[in-house]
Amino acid sequence: MIEFEDVYKTYRAAGREIAALQPTDLNIRAGEVFGLIGHSGAGKSTLLRLINRLEEPSGGRIRVDGEDVTALDDAGLRRFRRQVGMIFQHFNLLSSRTVAENVAMPLQLAGESSRAQIDARVAELLARVGLEAHAKSYPAQLSGGQKQRVGIARALATQPKILLCDEATSALDPQTTAQVLDLLARINRELNLTIVLITHEMDVIRRVCDRVAVLDGGSVVEQGPVSDVFLHPQHPTTRRFVREAEHVDEGEQNDDFQHVEGRIVRLTFKGEATYAPLLGRIARESGIDYSILAGRIDRIREMPYGQLTLALQGGDQTLALQRLEEAEVTLEVLR
Amino acid sequence: MIEELMPNVYWPEIWEASLDTLLMLGGSMLFTVILGLPLGVLLFLSGQSDRPAQRTLYNAISLLVNIVRSLPFIILLILMMPLTGLLMGTKVGLAGTIPPLVAGATPFFARLVETALREVDRGIIEATQAMGATTSQIIFRALLPEARPGLWAAATVTAITLVSYTAMAGLVGGGGLGDLAVRYGYHRYQPDVMWLTVILLLVLVQLLQMSGDRLVARFSHK
Ligand SMILES: Nc1ncnc2c1ncn2[C@@H]1O[C@H](COP(=O)(O)OP(=O)(O)OP(=O)(O)O)[C@@H](O)[C@H]1O
Ligand SMILES: [Mg+2]
Repeated sequence: MIEFEDVYKTYRAAGREIAALQPTDLNIRAGEVFGLIGHSGAGKSTLLRLINRLEEPSGGRIRVDGEDVTALDDAGLRRFRRQVGMIFQHFNLLSSRTVAENVAMPLQLAGESSRAQIDARVAELLARVGLEAHAKSYPAQLSGGQKQRVGIARALATQPKILLCDEATSALDPQTTAQVLDLLARINRELNLTIVLITHEMDVIRRVCDRVAVLDGGSVVEQGPVSDVFLHPQHPTTRRFVREAEHVDEGEQNDDFQHVEGRIVRLTFKGEATYAPLLGRIARESGIDYSILAGRIDRIREMPYGQLTLALQGGDQTLALQRLEEAEVTLEVLR
Repeated sequence: MIEELMPNVYWPEIWEASLDTLLMLGGSMLFTVILGLPLGVLLFLSGQSDRPAQRTLYNAISLLVNIVRSLPFIILLILMMPLTGLLMGTKVGLAGTIPPLVAGATPFFARLVETALREVDRGIIEATQAMGATTSQIIFRALLPEARPGLWAAATVTAITLVSYTAMAGLVGGGGLGDLAVRYGYHRYQPDVMWLTVILLLVLVQLLQMSGDRLVARFSHK
């Protein structure tokens, strides 16, 4: 639905050219939550802002539902932007307007003149984000999480089909972050809205995204379904993000491995397999012993997964590995 | 008792001079806002852009504004005389003071407007753009409302500056409290008249500042 063809962006600042985004191809599907992760300066915001042309591409083509949005004239661009909501790290609400007036703004700008219709729509939106009680408050009177929910209500006012989120939770504490992410996931489900979100936390990607692209130095270095990228990261940058999310220090982990004998394997279970009593059965059958070096059981969106690092000793290890290969488990032999 | 303290004060004359000052202030303030607000918006918009044509426009307006602002007001008064005659059909009297007052205060106010607009968070303008707003919607629905406290502060400072300008403009035949202070206090050595006008001007400035502060607070929701 959102297609990037060879899109790139160079900024000219102080006579120098900065390549913020290298020529990029990207496909974002209708109805999915697509994550963009990368370090500061990786080009995430640039990529996102190219979609609604807050930044003009230096070259390439961007299509949304088959329409070439890079070719739109001013009026066409304004019409297109009404189909694309956007929320921001610092909320960017108008301090001179109440919550309800902020949410009404996109409707007024779009030329909706019926007061009754605007009021009805605003009430509906505020109910959706759980802020009915704050309609008459000013943004300065709200907490960060509430402000972001106003931002979300405002972004949804003109019934867009795409929602762009530029670090929408980076200014929030973990609990509020979780609430806002839940709200985004719910909106995605209920309105079948395509969401593109930027973050520098793999945990945010894990919780709400279907697919993810990892940006590094202005290039997409890895992309795919979150379960693949998260559980089997290939690029060093991706690995660093995943380890950060799991609070694993690679140096320490290697030290730990020095202290154990035998073969070290990493098993990844997905979905129902996470709950199957697999290890005990295989251990009994092959007579191996195992010790658990590291492990995590969690969810990627709704999908449960488990990832265990084991040291195998004694018994028939060939048989054990063979059984693991046969089971619904991804097996990686680390040593 | 007041008679004893101020033996030379002739109240109808004070009243008339006060009214003249208020008229000069009100008239010049009105035109200063009408001209200065769009000029300030223009300064802000052209100053933001990185298109060469807009940069040139910004530099040109900026230079003009600086030239007028660097002139002492008394010089501006004298330089403006022929133009005032053309515009108002008279170089003296109340009407004769309005063009130089407006010419002196407009660049000042425009600069303050520009500064107030720069205080508006860029993110808010961006969010408005992302909603599909036209440039005029951005100006009237986002920029100006968000800058309103700053704009009221700018208007307050300008009005107070205009009070002191009216005193000078009065010298060139306009009347008002400043003119009265010089004619009686200085030329005829009647210090009581001078002190009274000074007190009245002070009260006026205080009132302006207080109402200005109120308006700023009223529109500030930060
Ligand atoms: N308006 C601009 N003018 C010049 N250079 C810019 C501009 N905007 C971004 N850049 C540069 O482009 C590169 C990518 O910036 P971008 O804002 O897309 O990064 P980001 O991944 O969003 O980073 P962050 O996580 O800090 O927000 C950076 O090197 C940045 O300095
Ligand atoms: Mg960014």
